[in-house]
Amino acid sequence: MGRIIQFLATDLVKNKTIIFYLLFLWVTGFGLISLQGQGEKTLLALLNISILVVPLVCLVFSIIYFYNMYEFLLLLHAQPLARSTLLISFYISLSLVLTGAYLVGLGLPLYFSDAGGAGLLLLLTGSLWNLIFIGLALLMAIWASDRTKGMGFSLLIWVYFVLLFDGLVLLLMYNFNEYPIEKLVLYISFLNPLDLGRILVLMQTDAAALMGYSGAIFQMVFSENWGKGLVLVLLLLWALIPFSVSIRWFNKKDL
Amino acid sequence: MISIKQLHKRFGRQEVLKGIDLHFSAGEGLALIGPNGSGKTTLIKCLLGLNTIRQDQIRFDGQDIFGQSAYRKNIGYMPQISRFPEQMRVKELFMLMKSIRSEESNYDMDLFEAFEIEALYPKKMGLLSGGMRQKVSAALAFLFHPDVLILDEPTAGLDPVSNEMLKEKLRKTIHQENKLVLITSHVLNDLDDIASRLVYLMEGRVLFDKQLAELQAETSENRLNAMIATFLRKQTSHG
Repeated sequence: MGRIIQFLATDLVKNKTIIFYLLFLWVTGFGLISLQGQGEKTLLALLNISILVVPLVCLVFSIIYFYNMYEFLLLLHAQPLARSTLLISFYISLSLVLTGAYLVGLGLPLYFSDAGGAGLLLLLTGSLWNLIFIGLALLMAIWASDRTKGMGFSLLIWVYFVLLFDGLVLLLMYNFNEYPIEKLVLYISFLNPLDLGRILVLMQTDAAALMGYSGAIFQMVFSENWGKGLVLVLLLLWALIPFSVSIRWFNKKDL
Repeated sequence: MISIKQLHKRFGRQEVLKGIDLHFSAGEGLALIGPNGSGKTTLIKCLLGLNTIRQDQIRFDGQDIFGQSAYRKNIGYMPQISRFPEQMRVKELFMLMKSIRSEESNYDMDLFEAFEIEALYPKKMGLLSGGMRQKVSAALAFLFHPDVLILDEPTAGLDPVSNEMLKEKLRKTIHQENKLVLITSHVLNDLDDIASRLVYLMEGRVLFDKQLAELQAETSENRLNAMIATFLRKQTSHG
């Protein structure tokens, strides 16, 4: 497995898209610092950029890469290697390189912006988002042999988590604002890893004060250490469950 | 060496293999023939574990291959169309394969040298022509001295000289090294002096499974093409 990971990771690092991604993160990161100065505003902007860009890049890039390497996968499959070994190697290599690019791409600007603990938390959450969306991309790639279908559904996942989900929550809060639904909203947010991470990072900043009554509920959970731990565990589950399902599907698939 | 028992395979509603029973042993040059869509490639994919099967349907050296991968170290496979990552260099491919199979240190370099693969080492896979990729793929299939060779349409895309080299190597593998070679091909002339046994698949069933000598006696023809044509004509006129 180590050799395959080494090979795939080297292949990925040489990929122009990854280099472009890294440059993009640097330009936005340092650009924001020079425009808005150091501090929370920059951190929040980087948070929003992560929410938009990380899932999109992970989903689209991973799924294209998987489909492109499909023949290579078949070639490796003719060797005495278990199917799960192959898929795990793909997952680990993609995770290493994409998360690495993210950490270097945002870590450097965050280091210079004196973001402190909240900045570290953003990097941690962002890395988990990488793992989650690479897992979801592989799940889609294995589920759909048809490339257009796989790509379409992975874009749908992105639209759902980034746009639709928030719209639905907003609709819910707007229609039921006379009822005490704060707790419910908290539980609903568990269903979207992006929201979970966003709230987790937001709560570490002064912006938390602007969030009203539901903010107070969130504050109770997300600023305590056990709450932070819980969120990180939930995010890990979001990464592990789709990936373990994809291993199961892959083992049963006719290649 | 390989025994297949009641192998059924369906993709959705379409049943591609409808109960195949076959036994292959070492030293056989086996030609798997049949019209397009008869299930040849599906059968090969089942042997390689690319298509999923159920328990106890295929045994390799007595071991059930269901859910296994280790048995594939004894199989060399040359696919119908070889595709590799575009950016990968030929050298990287061989290095990677050797490092995956690091327990093997004794390589079969016959085809590697005959096809002059070393000269291709710095080239990227994406720049190789289809025939060159077939050569790389053939050299790779033989590299680790596998006991079983599975070649899916090996001669498609190879130039006549390389084709002869491959056939020479196959003859040597079957007759001197006593290995099992399984070939599918439509170009029956290529199989003439390699195949010792013919398995004809038709719509997912084995239509006939005969030793070459047997078939020759029955049809009194010399060329493989004519033999099969005569045999099929007889079959249809009887049935």
